Amino acid sequence: MTRDEVQKIVTPIIAILVFLAIWEAWVWYMGWPTYKMAAPSDLWPAFWQYRELFAVKAWETLWRTVVGLGLAVVVGTILGMIMGLSRLMNDALYPLLVGFNAIPKATVVPVVALVFIGQHDFNTILVAFMISFFPITVSVAIGLSTLEPEYRDILRSLGASRFTVFWKIALPKTLPEFFGALKVAVTLAFIGTNLVEIVTPHGKGLGSLFDSGRIASNYPLMFAVLIALAVLGIALYYIVVALERVFAGWAERRPT
Amino acid sequence: MTDLIEIKGVTHAYKTAAGALPVLDDLSLSVPEGGFCAVVGPSGCGKSTLTRLIAGLMFPDAGEVWLHGERVRSPRSTVGMAFQNPVLLEWRTILQNVILPLEIVAPRMPKAKKEARARELLAMVGLEGFEGKRPSELSGGMRQRASLCRSLVHKPDVLILDEPFGALDAFTREDLWQLMHQLRAEEPFTALLITHDLRESVYLADQVVVLSGRPATTQFVLDVPLPGPRPIEMLYQPQSVEWLATLRDQIEIAQGRKDEKIPA
Repeated sequence: MTRDEVQKIVTPIIAILVFLAIWEAWVWYMGWPTYKMAAPSDLWPAFWQYRELFAVKAWETLWRTVVGLGLAVVVGTILGMIMGLSRLMNDALYPLLVGFNAIPKATVVPVVALVFIGQHDFNTILVAFMISFFPITVSVAIGLSTLEPEYRDILRSLGASRFTVFWKIALPKTLPEFFGALKVAVTLAFIGTNLVEIVTPHGKGLGSLFDSGRIASNYPLMFAVLIALAVLGIALYYIVVALERVFAGWAERRPT
Repeated sequence: MTDLIEIKGVTHAYKTAAGALPVLDDLSLSVPEGGFCAVVGPSGCGKSTLTRLIAGLMFPDAGEVWLHGERVRSPRSTVGMAFQNPVLLEWRTILQNVILPLEIVAPRMPKAKKEARARELLAMVGLEGFEGKRPSELSGGMRQRASLCRSLVHKPDVLILDEPFGALDAFTREDLWQLMHQLRAEEPFTALLITHDLRESVYLADQVVVLSGRPATTQFVLDVPLPGPRPIEMLYQPQSVEWLATLRDQIEIAQGRKDEKIPA
C-alpha cells in the first residue's frame, strides 16, 4: 500500500476516534448521568447485551431500505426519463412532484399505515421509496433535458433511432448526476424506513429497538441504535460510491 | 461531374413566440462531387440551419435538398458531421469515440476491423499513441482532430463541418487546415464548411458562398480555382489577398453596412 492509500484509510478512522473522545470527555466533564446523555463507553455494553437483537433488527432495517431504494431507482429513473425527454410531461409532472416532495413524510406514515393496514414490510418499503425517489427523478430529468443538441446530432445524422441516442449517449452522460442523487437518496431511504419503524411501531427494525429503548428509558441502548444506523448508512453510502467508481469513474478528474 | 449536394430554393422559418422568424430565403447552392464549399456570412444568418437541412435533421418549409441525386427526407448514413464543440464522449477512450459512427452504420463489422479503421485515421491526424486516452486528457486541438476522425471513420460521401476550427488558437487552426488538405488527398470527400474566417474559406475551399443577412440567400459565389493540397503560403499570394478583399466587401454588404455594387 502506498502512503496515499494508508492516509486515505487512517485519516477517517482517526477523525472518528477524535470525535468519540471529545464526546466521552464532554459527558464526563458535565457529569451527566446515563439517563440524560450516554457516553460512548456506555454504548458498547448496551450493544453487546442486545447483540442478537441488533443483528436481527439491523437486517430488517437494511433489507427494507435497500428494496425501497431499489424501487426509487427504478421508478425515479423512469419518471426522470419521461420528464427529461418530453417537455409536456415535464411541465405536467413537475409541480405535482414538488408538492409531493414538500409533504413531510411523517404525516404520510399514518396515512399509509391506514391504507395498507398490517402490511408492515410493504408500508416501510413504500415510505422509504416515497422519500427517496425525488432527487433521482430530478437529476435524471435534468441530465437528459440539458443534453447539448450536438451530442444528439452526431448520432441522429447517421440515422440512429431515439433509443440508440438514449442508450449510447444520454444515459451514460447522465450517470454522474444519477450517482450524485443516489448518494442523497441512500440516506433519505434510511430516514423513511426508520420513520415507519418508530411512528407505527410493529416490532421490526432498528427503529423499534430505538422505541423500546425510549420506553424503558435506556439511553445507552437508544444511542447504540443511532450508532448502528450511522454504520449502516455509511456502509450503504460507500457501496454506492464503489458502484459510481465502476460505472461513472470517467467523470472523476484525477489531479494532474 | 454531377452535383453531389444540391440545394434548390430553400426557404425556412423558425416558429417562435413572437411569430415566424425567417432564416433562409430562396437559398440555392450546389457542390460537385469531390468539391469543397465554404459558406460564410454574418452571424446568425442561418448557416447552422443549412447544415441541419443537409444532414436531414430538419426539413425546409419550401425548396428541396438533394444529395447524390436523391431528395433528402431523413438522415443518411453517408453523412459525417463535425462541430465547433468536438462533442467527444467523456466515458469513452479516443479510439472508442472514433468508432462510434461505425457502431450505427456498420453494426455487424467485426470489432477488430472497426478498430483498425479508427487507428488508421488517428495515425493520419497525428494522434498515434493517444488511442487509449480519455478526451479530458487531450488538448483542444487534439480533441478536434479526434472529432474529425470520427466524422470520417465511416467514409462518408458528404462531410458537414460547422465551424470546427472556430474555437482553436491561430496556430493550431492553421495546422488543422493543412490536415484537411491532407485528409482530402488521402480519402476524397465532398465537404461543406461553415465558417466565420475568410482566410480559412479561401485556403480550404474550391468555392466560397457568401450568404446575405437573415433571412439568408446566396449573395455571392467566389471560385478558388487552385488544386489541393495547397501550401499555407498560398494565403500570402497577391491573388489570395484580392479574393479576401472581395469577400470582405461582400460580407459588409451582407451586414448591410455597404451598398451593393456588382464587382467587376
